[in-house]
Amino acid sequence: MSLELFRTTNIDWLGKKWYFLGFSLIFSVLGVLSILFWHHIPLGVDFKGGTQVRVAFDQTPNEDHIRQAMDRAGVHDARIQRVSDPSGHAANKVIIALPESTATDQSHDAGRQSVESALNANYHDSHFTIEQVEIVGPVAGMQLRKQAGLATLYSLLGMLIYLWFRFELIYGVAAVVAVFHDTLITVGAFSLTNQEITLTVIAAILTLIGYSMNDTIVVFDRIRENLALSRRESLHDVVNRSINQTLSRTVISSGLTFLTVLSLYLFGGEVLHGFSFALVVGILIGTYSSIAVAAPMLVAYQDWRVKRGKSVSLPAGKRAKV
Amino acid sequence: MGKNLAGKSAFIVAVLVIFCFGIVGIPHGGLTQSIKDRIHLGLDLKGGTHLVLEVHVAEAVGSATDRDVARLEEDLQKAGVTGATVGKTDPTRPQTIVVSGIPAAKLSDARSVLQGNDYSTYDVATTADGNSTLTMKLAAIRDLETRTLDTSIETIRERIDKLGVAEPVIQKYGLGENQILVELPGVSDPDRVEEIIQSTAKLSIHAVTGGPYDTDQAALQANGGVIPADSMLVHGSGSAGAPDQIWLLKRVSEVEGTDFRDAQPGQDQNGRPNIRFNLTTEAGDRFYKYTEAHTASSATPGSMAIVLDNKVREVAGIQSAIRDSGEITGAFTQQQANDLSLMLRTGALPASISYLETRTVGPSLGAASIHQGIIAAIAGMLAVMVFMLIYYRGAGINADLALILNLVILLGFMGFTGSTLTLPGIAGVILTIGMGVDSNVLIFERIREELRAGKTAATAVQQGFAHAWVTIVDTHVTTIVSAMILFLFGSGPVRGFAVTLAFGLFANIFTAVLVSRVIFDTILQKKERGAALSI
Repeated sequence: MSLELFRTTNIDWLGKKWYFLGFSLIFSVLGVLSILFWHHIPLGVDFKGGTQVRVAFDQTPNEDHIRQAMDRAGVHDARIQRVSDPSGHAANKVIIALPESTATDQSHDAGRQSVESALNANYHDSHFTIEQVEIVGPVAGMQLRKQAGLATLYSLLGMLIYLWFRFELIYGVAAVVAVFHDTLITVGAFSLTNQEITLTVIAAILTLIGYSMNDTIVVFDRIRENLALSRRESLHDVVNRSINQTLSRTVISSGLTFLTVLSLYLFGGEVLHGFSFALVVGILIGTYSSIAVAAPMLVAYQDWRVKRGKSVSLPAGKRAKV
Repeated sequence: MGKNLAGKSAFIVAVLVIFCFGIVGIPHGGLTQSIKDRIHLGLDLKGGTHLVLEVHVAEAVGSATDRDVARLEEDLQKAGVTGATVGKTDPTRPQTIVVSGIPAAKLSDARSVLQGNDYSTYDVATTADGNSTLTMKLAAIRDLETRTLDTSIETIRERIDKLGVAEPVIQKYGLGENQILVELPGVSDPDRVEEIIQSTAKLSIHAVTGGPYDTDQAALQANGGVIPADSMLVHGSGSAGAPDQIWLLKRVSEVEGTDFRDAQPGQDQNGRPNIRFNLTTEAGDRFYKYTEAHTASSATPGSMAIVLDNKVREVAGIQSAIRDSGEITGAFTQQQANDLSLMLRTGALPASISYLETRTVGPSLGAASIHQGIIAAIAGMLAVMVFMLIYYRGAGINADLALILNLVILLGFMGFTGSTLTLPGIAGVILTIGMGVDSNVLIFERIREELRAGKTAATAVQQGFAHAWVTIVDTHVTTIVSAMILFLFGSGPVRGFAVTLAFGLFANIFTAVLVSRVIFDTILQKKERGAALSI
């Protein structure tokens, strides 16, 4: 017999919507609190400007000694951070970051030079090499921020228009709300774990927006198909049935994509760390939001229209008994 | 049923071969070498430096008007208009020249000079008392700025060529006005980059009219509290190792970087490093006129300052009149003499530049990234393939074949279009594996549903593909739109991601719909009527 995990499920998804709402609220609020009061939104050098130097040491680096080396050379505003990497390859690497004031138009390279000379002169624990340097001046930082903002805006707009065109406006709105929920929780996760948001992380977030939309569209497609077939069922029942029917595909597909992204997170190395973290969180939340946020919103909108006494125009354009 | 399976299969095999060719080209000298030749690696994988420079094109306007001020003075003299002052009164508006104090008798002569061809790039406004204001036309300013940017790009390209960097990228940078992108693969040592940065500098030689002073205040005091309009204060040291001082230099240079025809490092009779240079004929004439009038033995002995990127590098007395060939001797090392000659030879930049963004990746980090990326890709792919086999059995083989073909088409696409593979690009490949298999899952789940509802194998397959098609299109289009936006708004590494994602999705539509279908149909053809489908 073939292996089938979800042969015929009959879970009342919409009935659980308050649990879902609670769950979403907890994580959203946690994230928002962290963004407002704790770590705020940690921005990478792409957006914040400044100098960032990644140094590889032959032996385990001593962060206190590094800070002393910096201070002795007069570099007082350096931020020193060990490179995090789940596979453990980057154990001997450190990122030294200097604020935007060190990367002005007049002395673009000054920050990097001061870090290198400070280490050369004062750090004697082990030999080191500078593996990567990123210097972003104020003009470039502003341009990159604008670019990221525009990309996100156009992405969401493009999705909304496409969904409006393929379905109806309420579908588009429900999907965008779900995506917004996903982005908020993902950015919150970055804030809670104090990881930096760089341009590649923004690329990952835009990708997970696309992925979340994908997932939501699969459910919506099935809802639309079922609405066309049955005229007597309430929207509530149709949506529940649609979710149950697509559950198998959703779990397996998301599971497989999650497997590949997890592989990236575990083995892909430290440079992609932020990027793969965004995808790991995003894929989980994106799958969850199609069932827990987008679908209930559709039904809630319908119920709201009914309460207001309007005749029920089902989102697929068909009229039905209420 | 006339499905022409043989034809479709042949087509699929042909596609496979074509895209394999895309990856390796015509194999020569080993497989890895062939792949490396076709697929370009981004800086983050190969190691190298990425720079964004801004060219201060407004300076070109200032230089042009400075030259025109000098020319206008001469022309007015020749036309017999004496007593007029020509100058730029407002430093914040370098495109404006003011002519004042024209004696009433010479107004018409002055006007005919101003309306001559030489000043056609200016809008001339004359007031009743004869004062005229010349403002450079907007079109002329735009034109000058564009030309300055283009010349800067060319000069930087020549300089970098002469320094022997392989396959550099030098082009306009779209994110901002007057910005240039420079990519130097294989150069990641920050000091070497600094050296190359030093070599792209603006050079000119100015007459020294005062100084050296120790502070700005001292300079102002010595000149009666105000700097004359035709001069400027410049910091620097008169010889290597001397402390920073301030000179009063004539604003209009005697010699510009573009006036040098050749410059060679050498040694003078005492064995000290020097630079022997040749000027163009026209510049030579101008220079001769100046140096002759100001030699050490003349009535007005003068010095000249070599200004590099708005800082004084060298101040030298004028020993004798120089026409078009001479020597620059100073306290520089042989290396500095070599570098300076290179700059003079390849022509100085018409305007100064500043650095907006610098990113360097060392080769070891690049190699580690490739290594890790490939391991992650293989691990991900294996996990997916094994799961598909276990969960979907026979159909799982179908999906796995489609997956491999996907990868071949994706990499082949990249080979054909000469796209650059970056680290996020590798991540894009990995993501495509996960998302690609989604189409297969959609189809297979639908087929299972139809089978459960009691349909025959053939009908179930047909229905499965038909229903899943709509959803496959929807999901792929949204992600491709996402990728296109990332491509438009992204820079190098992010673009690499968008490219692999988009290509992967296109490849996936092909394999999921055509290849899977053909494999299913071939299997069905071979089966007995009513036999079970392995799914």
